[in-house]
Amino acid sequence: MEKFEKLTAIAAPMALINIDTDMIIPKQFLKTIKRSGLGVSAFHEMRYNLDGTDNPDFVLNKDAYKGVNILVAGDNFGCGSSREHAPWALLDLGIRCVISTSFADIFYNNCFKNGILPVIVAEDELQVLMKDAEKGSNARMVVDLENQSVETSDGEVITFDVDQHSKHCLINGLDDIGLTLEKIASIDAFESQMAHSAPWV
Amino acid sequence: MAPKTLYDKIWDAHMAHEADDGTCLLYIDRHLVHEVTSPQAFEGLRMTGRTVRAPEKTIAVPDHNVPTTLDRLKGIENEESRIQVDALDTNAREFGLVYYPVDDVRQGIVHIIGPEQGWTLPGMTIVCGDSHTATHGAFGSLAHGIGTSEVEHVLATQTLIQKKSKNMKVEITGKLSLGVTAKDITLAVIGVTGTAGGTGFVIEYCGEAIRNLSMEGRMTVCNMAIEGGARAGMIAPDETTFEYCKGRPNAPTGETWDAALAYWKTLYSDDDAHFDKIITMKGEDIAPVVTWGTSPEDVLPITAHVPAAKDFEGGKVGAAQRSLDYMGLTPGTPLQDITIDTVFIGSCTNGRIEDLRAAAAILKGQKIKEGIRAMIVPGSGLVRAQAEEEGLADIFKDAGFEWRLAGCSMCLAMNPDQLQPGERCAATSNRNFEGRQGRGGRTHLMSPAMAAAAAITGKLTDVREIM
Repeated sequence: MEKFEKLTAIAAPMALINIDTDMIIPKQFLKTIKRSGLGVSAFHEMRYNLDGTDNPDFVLNKDAYKGVNILVAGDNFGCGSSREHAPWALLDLGIRCVISTSFADIFYNNCFKNGILPVIVAEDELQVLMKDAEKGSNARMVVDLENQSVETSDGEVITFDVDQHSKHCLINGLDDIGLTLEKIASIDAFESQMAHSAPWV
Repeated sequence: MAPKTLYDKIWDAHMAHEADDGTCLLYIDRHLVHEVTSPQAFEGLRMTGRTVRAPEKTIAVPDHNVPTTLDRLKGIENEESRIQVDALDTNAREFGLVYYPVDDVRQGIVHIIGPEQGWTLPGMTIVCGDSHTATHGAFGSLAHGIGTSEVEHVLATQTLIQKKSKNMKVEITGKLSLGVTAKDITLAVIGVTGTAGGTGFVIEYCGEAIRNLSMEGRMTVCNMAIEGGARAGMIAPDETTFEYCKGRPNAPTGETWDAALAYWKTLYSDDDAHFDKIITMKGEDIAPVVTWGTSPEDVLPITAHVPAAKDFEGGKVGAAQRSLDYMGLTPGTPLQDITIDTVFIGSCTNGRIEDLRAAAAILKGQKIKEGIRAMIVPGSGLVRAQAEEEGLADIFKDAGFEWRLAGCSMCLAMNPDQLQPGERCAATSNRNFEGRQGRGGRTHLMSPAMAAAAAITGKLTDVREIM
């Protein structure tokens, strides 16, 4: 997993609430057995017309947002299905950070496993960041995980909370499974105790 | 000892390790696996030389991609779908998992066959790379969806890194009125909480109306906890639960059953346990409902009218307008005037035998409206067999329904069962998102009885008027 320390990048505004994982990556693209290559299909139905041409109204199709690395989105981003294809698609598209007032639980966890930082801010803070993102390629936002802050192009600094374990793994690009396997003795012990006390499991 | 909720008890009983920073390793009793969210996880195991720690607790079944037409054993036409199902087949056999392949009569939707085969039992921790894993909470287990990286983590370690959620109680008091079902309860609750209302919580459903539900009904309620944003939904086990579990192929027997039962009877929230959020609704106040928009929170009684964007506040104004445009609806239209093209009865929400019985009760001796495409997709091969034995299949076929084989089918349209742009569907599934059942497809969620009624009239219909 790629480390996430500090990101200075263009942000795209997506003010819509409840952007669900079906919107982020529709089901026809879940048939892959790989993690890569989903970026071209991200936001498929909003991004492309029925004939396959680009929908010029979609934010990521606008010149000002080419090469964007941050999304600023409406409430409850990533709701719906557990598909990790959603963060895979965003990552493949170059998105390393999504900022919203809330995220669906599974999507939020999935982001951390893939080097994407989901940032939760208050409603008024989101409005500030949304306005900043509307400046397009004229502006750069700075997301600093170590200091848990987002700085607008005007220098306004907004801080955010993040779980310390998730932060540690993301900053260092650590593999969860490797860390857990270091505690294998505890798992072994728990399992033998369960085999005795709850043999039906 | 401090009073505990049902969730607290199961959480505490599965704590395999707690780090100084509060990060917990939760032991997982059952890991359910399907073909869509697992191939990358197995690939990860191979690349790192790891193996499956507890294959006997890992249950695999293909369900999302499988065709549900009667000729499906001739193979899957879509190449990508076929490769994905073949990959599960290879992975299940190579890693020695419990496996129900597509030609096994026990094959079906993962959340239907887990309980059916007795893999799902009270007090367990159950995960699956699928958000509707919440279904299994109906047994008083802690069950929730996970991403593919977490699937790999559970395969390798039989644990999950977790932070504890908060406790929410949703109490449905009193009795349900005629024509009101478990589906109406769960939709009505989401109508109140919104799709983000449960974020950060595990919901325990309780109250007389919940107690009076069968296991099938309880599974319908818990299934959609995720649509309310909750990590999991659960219902304390009782005699109804124990009766359902007893005699299932993988349920304990003899002395082990007795020991299990004694433990299961301790699984309830203590009287003075703390809930961070409590919602109470009267069963009598819940009507048969349908969704009008593209979020499961867009719920209204069938007797209501299509709302206008200005009826909402904040970010919902824009979202509602977008929904109205997408759904092709005019504010003020009575919901019962909305005509439909397709009816889909099935899914992990409503693909169990009781759902089929409810639909059959409405469809007996009736014909579907001319021009309507209607299909019933049983949740498992065994549900299908039972429905045939009970004569339900004949009722469906006589009414004009297609009688399919088991799978997820048109709930998410990964197999050939899809809506065309602009097509409108009365569906018993769980999500009405844009494009969910096919690009441009328009989905109205409702109970099996309501969907059956819509099939007869060709419109969204108040089932109470034809009962």
